[in-house]
Amino acid sequence: MSESFAQILKRLPEYTKTIRRLEDILLTNLVMVAEIPSPTFGEQRRVQWALDRFTEYRLEHCSIDEAGNALAILPGRCADRNLLVVAHLDTPVDENLDHTVTVQPGLVSGVGLADNSLGVAALVTLPLVLSGLGLELESNLILMGSTRALGRGDLGGTRFFLNNTELAINAGLCLEGVRLGRLSYATIGMLRGVIRYRLPDEYDWTRFGAGGAIVSMNDIITRILEIPLPRRPRSAVVMSSIEGGGPGSKVPTHAELQLEVRSDSGEIVADLHRKIANIASEVASLGGGEASLEVIARRRPGGLEFSHPLPERARDILNALGLPPRISPSTAELSAFVDREIPALRVGLTSGEDLDEEREQLEVAPIASGMAQVIALLQAIDQGYCDRG
Amino acid sequence: MTVAENWLKTNTFHHSDFRDLQRLVDEKERLGLTISLCIPTLNEQATIAKEIVVFRSELQQRYPLLDEIAVIDSGSTDQTLEVAATFGADTYLASDILPQMGPKCGKGENLWKAIYQLHGDIIVYIDADIKNIHPRFVYGLVAPLVYQPAIQYVKAFYDRPLASSGGVRPTGGGRVTEILIRPLFSLFFPELSLIIQPLSGEYAVRREVLEAIPFPIGYGVETSHLLDVYTRWGMGAFAQTDLDQRVHFNQPTMNLGRMAFTILQTFLARAESLGVVSGLPELNHVLRQFQAYDEEYEAVEYEFVEEERPPMVTVPEYRTMRSSSHVKQPG
Repeated sequence: MSESFAQILKRLPEYTKTIRRLEDILLTNLVMVAEIPSPTFGEQRRVQWALDRFTEYRLEHCSIDEAGNALAILPGRCADRNLLVVAHLDTPVDENLDHTVTVQPGLVSGVGLADNSLGVAALVTLPLVLSGLGLELESNLILMGSTRALGRGDLGGTRFFLNNTELAINAGLCLEGVRLGRLSYATIGMLRGVIRYRLPDEYDWTRFGAGGAIVSMNDIITRILEIPLPRRPRSAVVMSSIEGGGPGSKVPTHAELQLEVRSDSGEIVADLHRKIANIASEVASLGGGEASLEVIARRRPGGLEFSHPLPERARDILNALGLPPRISPSTAELSAFVDREIPALRVGLTSGEDLDEEREQLEVAPIASGMAQVIALLQAIDQGYCDRG
Repeated sequence: MTVAENWLKTNTFHHSDFRDLQRLVDEKERLGLTISLCIPTLNEQATIAKEIVVFRSELQQRYPLLDEIAVIDSGSTDQTLEVAATFGADTYLASDILPQMGPKCGKGENLWKAIYQLHGDIIVYIDADIKNIHPRFVYGLVAPLVYQPAIQYVKAFYDRPLASSGGVRPTGGGRVTEILIRPLFSLFFPELSLIIQPLSGEYAVRREVLEAIPFPIGYGVETSHLLDVYTRWGMGAFAQTDLDQRVHFNQPTMNLGRMAFTILQTFLARAESLGVVSGLPELNHVLRQFQAYDEEYEAVEYEFVEEERPPMVTVPEYRTMRSSSHVKQPG
């Protein structure tokens, strides 16, 4: 029976309480998936694990697609609408690190928990939570553990599915481990790239000013930082990593800089891309080296408006849970939905500390609220409270 | 096919043979069996919570394979028991169980007291220091007992090659197994050398067997079990299950030397009582090891006397409890 949105909000405390009773199952799924290393393009073991879980929970159409995504469907009663819930399976963690998870009262620690083992654990536990709450959706619920989301993966798994599925996807929900309360419904324009600077083997070291690849890369960085950036639309250039040279006292012949250009405006991203490529070429020509800018990933800005019913309902749910919504744009999975003009949200599930460190710590207690948020959102979408007009 | 080859073929399993947990639970319920998990502990607060969460959620909430999960502690000075209780395990201090028998300290003591304290028809013992815990550690050991009435005692072994071309590869147990136990078994009890990892701390056993055998309280308990079960029920009572990889903290060689010394005492005592060897002198119980400081060598002496608990079935309190426990439910 259809409930009013107010009734859904009223049931949130009951959802949270019931989910707390299923917490051990979610924690177990978190432990099991987090202990499987899963670098981008190396997600196969996690894919199989997710598929096994889907099969054990007796979902339908459990399968792996050509991009390696793990997929399953929890059929709805009406089945003329399809909701896609996604959690990316890859983690930004060296697969050789110790992936052992430690559980302590109120805390879970390990590597890659926030990004995104907890999202995956929540994804596979979702059917049990719905069942535990006695909820059956009208819409089909498509669950997808996606591959190749991060770095060079460039959202490959989700893009493949959305570009090739014959199912009409009405809405999407992207699950991320942290942070509970964070809400993304729009994406910013982004270009992620690598500048490589290399000196040729026949380089003349007696030449005036010859300083090697690192000095030249420093020149490139200085020049990039001199590019004027507008206050509006908001724009930034983030330099995320740098490496170069080798051991000993040899003059370095190569250097590499990873950077990300971000802006609310797609035109500004394109303009910055052109300017940075020109700077790299100019510094290379002055220094006698070779420079290239390789684009690894791109996102176009877009998404839902603040007043769209989907983010509005999501904010209402967070407020009802006593969690102030923190709106932030995303460059992750959400972009693949934006590209297809599918209404979608990205939500977080809990809080944590030492995120991105070798031993992240996630708090267990907020996870029940995080999952209650997901359930209420699915109900609201399912019953049409998030449709425009 | 030789007898040995036949045993290896019929009584060696892989945990994936039993991954259909619903079928396993159905069969357990059809047979009316109860199963208890015992985790012996001493200062294991770092790993105990994860074990309990994983086993409770997968093997009690989702698939009701385990009727009770119990931690039996040797007197931890950290928060092991408190953490275990927080996550829903039944917790016991070994010294509180059968206190009239007097205190003894050792893993074997905890395993022995589990027979008195726990209620299952099958008891599965899992060490608390496993870093990569998974439900397979329990169902892989319990399943052969559920499916095959002739099997009494199932040992774990761990064997996962990092790379394989499909050809032949060596396999085996840990350092003490390969250097001490396997040569001893090969000399005196050749059939027992078919057990790939005789010293593994994970095994599942029927109560009728556990209550009928004595328990050394220290490192000798696994060796003693194998010898006693073998001589009384034969090789057909054993099975072994490959649980893939077990990640744990490796023991330093000096510790293994002390372990080997105790195991050897147990082995020689059993071998003599079974008439396999005779005329042994009274054995010395002091192990001498050395540590070096520059060019100075210091001898460190350790005294190990492997004490033993009698078969539980001979303990009057146990007999009284069991005779009145037909209505007692686990948990």
